[in-house]
Amino acid sequence: MLKFATVLLAAIALAGVSHARTLDVAPGPDAQERIQTALLDAKPGDTVQLAAGRYELTDGLSLDVNNVTVKGAGPQTTVLSFKGQKGAGEGLLITSDQVTVRDFAIEDSRGDGIKSKGADEISFVNVRVEWTGGPKETNGAYGVYPVSSTNVLIDRVVVRGASDAGIYVGQSKNIVVKNSRAEFNVAGIEIENSMNADVFDNVATRNTGGILVFDLPNLPQMGGHSTRLFRNKVVDNDTPNFAPKGNIVAGVPTGTGIMVMANRNVHVFDNEIAGNQSTAVMLVSYTQKFDDKTYNPLPRDIVVRDNKIGKNGWNPQFSGGPMIAKMMGGALPPIVWDGVTTFAGLPDVVNVRINDGPVLNLNLPGPGQVEQAKPSVAKTIGGKPVAEPSAVVLPKRQADLSA
Amino acid sequence: MRGWFAVLAALVCLGATKPPADVALDVLMAETPAPKLGDYRLFSDAGARRPNAGLTPYTLNTPLFSDYAEKFRLVWLPPGTKAGYATEGVLGFPVGSVLVKTFAYPADMRKPHDSIRYVETRLLIHQASGWVARTYLWNAEQTEAVLKRAGARLEVAFVDGQGRARTIDYAVPNQNQCKECHQLDKTVTPIGPKARNLNGDFAYAGGTENQLAHWTQVGLLSGAPTPEAAPLTVRWDDQAASVDDRARAYLDANCAHCHNPRAVASNSGLFLGVEETRPAALGVGKQPVAAGRGAGNLNVGIDPGHPETSIIAYRMASSEPGVMMPELGRSVIHQEGLALIRQWISGMKAP
Repeated sequence: MLKFATVLLAAIALAGVSHARTLDVAPGPDAQERIQTALLDAKPGDTVQLAAGRYELTDGLSLDVNNVTVKGAGPQTTVLSFKGQKGAGEGLLITSDQVTVRDFAIEDSRGDGIKSKGADEISFVNVRVEWTGGPKETNGAYGVYPVSSTNVLIDRVVVRGASDAGIYVGQSKNIVVKNSRAEFNVAGIEIENSMNADVFDNVATRNTGGILVFDLPNLPQMGGHSTRLFRNKVVDNDTPNFAPKGNIVAGVPTGTGIMVMANRNVHVFDNEIAGNQSTAVMLVSYTQKFDDKTYNPLPRDIVVRDNKIGKNGWNPQFSGGPMIAKMMGGALPPIVWDGVTTFAGLPDVVNVRINDGPVLNLNLPGPGQVEQAKPSVAKTIGGKPVAEPSAVVLPKRQADLSA
Repeated sequence: MRGWFAVLAALVCLGATKPPADVALDVLMAETPAPKLGDYRLFSDAGARRPNAGLTPYTLNTPLFSDYAEKFRLVWLPPGTKAGYATEGVLGFPVGSVLVKTFAYPADMRKPHDSIRYVETRLLIHQASGWVARTYLWNAEQTEAVLKRAGARLEVAFVDGQGRARTIDYAVPNQNQCKECHQLDKTVTPIGPKARNLNGDFAYAGGTENQLAHWTQVGLLSGAPTPEAAPLTVRWDDQAASVDDRARAYLDANCAHCHNPRAVASNSGLFLGVEETRPAALGVGKQPVAAGRGAGNLNVGIDPGHPETSIIAYRMASSEPGVMMPELGRSVIHQEGLALIRQWISGMKAP
């Protein structure tokens, strides 16, 4: 009986493989309807193949079938242009699991580039998302935007011009962002309200801020923790902040390398951080009012070590910054910590361990209380050791995509 | 000549007296969508002006705004079955049920019953595996509606309620977009036919009656209390109702299908259903999360007393993709709905 079941299972598995199809789509008239029809017709295991060329789209596209690959001929040759988009909040929306998008570009979507919501095992590989007019407040918010997902792979992705974050992972778990390039966005790469993220071997340059790790209140998933940022090149982030006000990234000072806001257990190491006029690494509390008793606004269990830090902080673009820089002899120390260690009754002990230095500790009594700053500079901050989260392991099908 | 006419008339009469075939339950239940709306035999005429036997028209107290389209709704249940009453959420429609909604524009909104052009007819069918959504697009001659899965854009012209000639870029949703709005926990579901939204009068052929009472009386609904004992969502434009009730009804119908902890916009933390009581979840003093330029340089969803600095009103006042809310289902601004929400926010006191 068991044997019979095994044979049956093998037969089903084989049948599944043999039925995988490729649905070909070429550029030309009615591209909108033809691509969308292929995305509707695809069955699990299928590939929607977008031939090289330029596709002029008028509405958002969407995919809601599990285990489908959407593949182009390359991020320079297969281009989906949403310049004439009339509706929908993003260029491509994915709401199913085990989807891979790869080898094509999305240009000039009116809202976000590619969004995936509640899509587990989502992979973005060798994809370009770009707003071709350069940094503008009217560009869409996010380039690649997985949210509320478990197992996220972003590999060899390029995003340019997002008015919020180029690569944004929100309210997700088990995340790898690597070999990617984010430039001319407000935030290059942002990990928000997420657990277990490895962000490595990326380049974040010419953004307002290079890499951000945030935790925000009043969201279904809070308490972000366990992120490792390593071997990234976070250099020359110098684009003036062009985010529409009201968005949290509108508060990122121009020329920020790495910024950690709230969040827990974040390890920043072996990165190259240089050419960021405000600061190399900034550790700060969430300073806005909030109504959420379950939220902790302080960064805690943070480790900053062994980064290669060049010239940063020569012209800080945040309030009080220039004055402090002047006091410090012209430039801020590379690491800035707001120094908040307690918050209204929260039991967590704030532990920060910074081996790279010097560190400017603002010694604020509470989040955002800059008028009560008692700035001091320390060579290092020797908090207790914090065990580094183990490397994020993705399911094999995703790991194989990067092999 | 006269004799020929008599024969023709007799033939027509014969046609009319022959009972039309029943609704095609087998076609409704088939996995493959029928290519034409007519295949389901939901109507007894090609133009879908005459519902087949067993279909009941209904309306909602506060519906979704859809570019000023008129919506004609019908419900059909397999013979011998009933929907189960539910105080909260959608009624318990049995497998085999179909909800029919035709989107239409009168040539002149000031004469809403004349020269009505059908644009599309959408079906929500409760199959054994769950609800499925289908859309049928009407031809220019208004004689046939064909399946449209990938969405479409149509130019629709009409004279609006103020007598102005308007042309809009009407969007027929693709099949996935149907689901974007019609889902809870990633499963397709109806939105409108909740007890609270059906609890109102309808002008039936036999006279005006409360819909819950009528459905119970004709055997469509079981377990319903008297209308007075059932919950009620007010009409958003009922001047006799409080602004708060009207605004909450409007947000529930226009926003809460996505802005719900179990739906597409769950990650926003902004929840606009009538059941929501937490001010921050309703947007009061709440900073945007992923609004991008949709935030419009404003800081909070609702700034009590100040619609001009409230993101909700800002996004309702836009028709630009990436800014406008809802994201789907409209291409023009609902000025009357926007006015209501502005009035509601204006009257809110700072906490």
